[in-house]
Amino acid sequence: MSANLTYEVHAGDIEQGGSASAALKSELRKMGICEEQARRVGIIAFEGEMNLLLYATNGGTLNAKVTSEAINITIEDTGPGIDDIDLAMTPGYSTAPDWAANLGFGAGMGLVNMQRNSDFFEIHSHTDKGTLICCRVNRRKNHAAD
Amino acid sequence: MLLTDVVTALGLQVLTSGIDLDHEVRSGIVCDLLSIVLAKAQQEDLWITIQRHQNIVAVAKVTSVAGVILADGIIPEQAVIDRASKEGIPLLAAKESSFVVSGKLFALLSSGEE
Repeated sequence: MSANLTYEVHAGDIEQGGSASAALKSELRKMGICEEQARRVGIIAFEGEMNLLLYATNGGTLNAKVTSEAINITIEDTGPGIDDIDLAMTPGYSTAPDWAANLGFGAGMGLVNMQRNSDFFEIHSHTDKGTLICCRVNRRKNHAAD
Repeated sequence: MLLTDVVTALGLQVLTSGIDLDHEVRSGIVCDLLSIVLAKAQQEDLWITIQRHQNIVAVAKVTSVAGVILADGIIPEQAVIDRASKEGIPLLAAKESSFVVSGKLFALLSSGEE
């Protein structure tokens, strides 16, 4: 089994927020991916999608590559980048604007949720250039402890 | 306990249409911060919130909660209801506060365990 699913996320398009991750989860379930794995991918995708929407200057891309071994999710944007990744990964730390906080964003758990639901998690960011986040959800139980 | 029985017992208004309510509710989560819901909500939980915007549908979808109860008499825009209906997410409205609804739900689900 293999599939390559890509979704464009537009900056500031709050009305469409979550539609890519909901669509991705639906596609995974249709492909026979179990609920637990699809749910983990969905959570990773939602947090990534909302980061693109809320913080990325030009939005960005959410991609999921599905193989028999794993689901590899990449979230990529072209800026502004994250100045201090360790700080951004601290539970509770958020730079969400007030309008987003009023909608229930800005708990400071986005990147943490992505990491916790991943068997592999990597984040690269350069100020003014952009951010690339790579996550993997294993499909085979014996890989879960990687 | 089935969602349809919870709806009847708590006097909830079903906002969405065309969704089967004969599925199981095991527990609940009361939270208005979306990332906390993503981190904590379990499949078959009922999510009680005062958030009313489109994003609640996606959060409910990825977490596979049994449904969303909007407390405090909040009714979302029709576009949100339509999106939830399309995604198969039951949206339910309660006149009471989150505190009261969660108390009633807790008592109801606890009585079912006896």
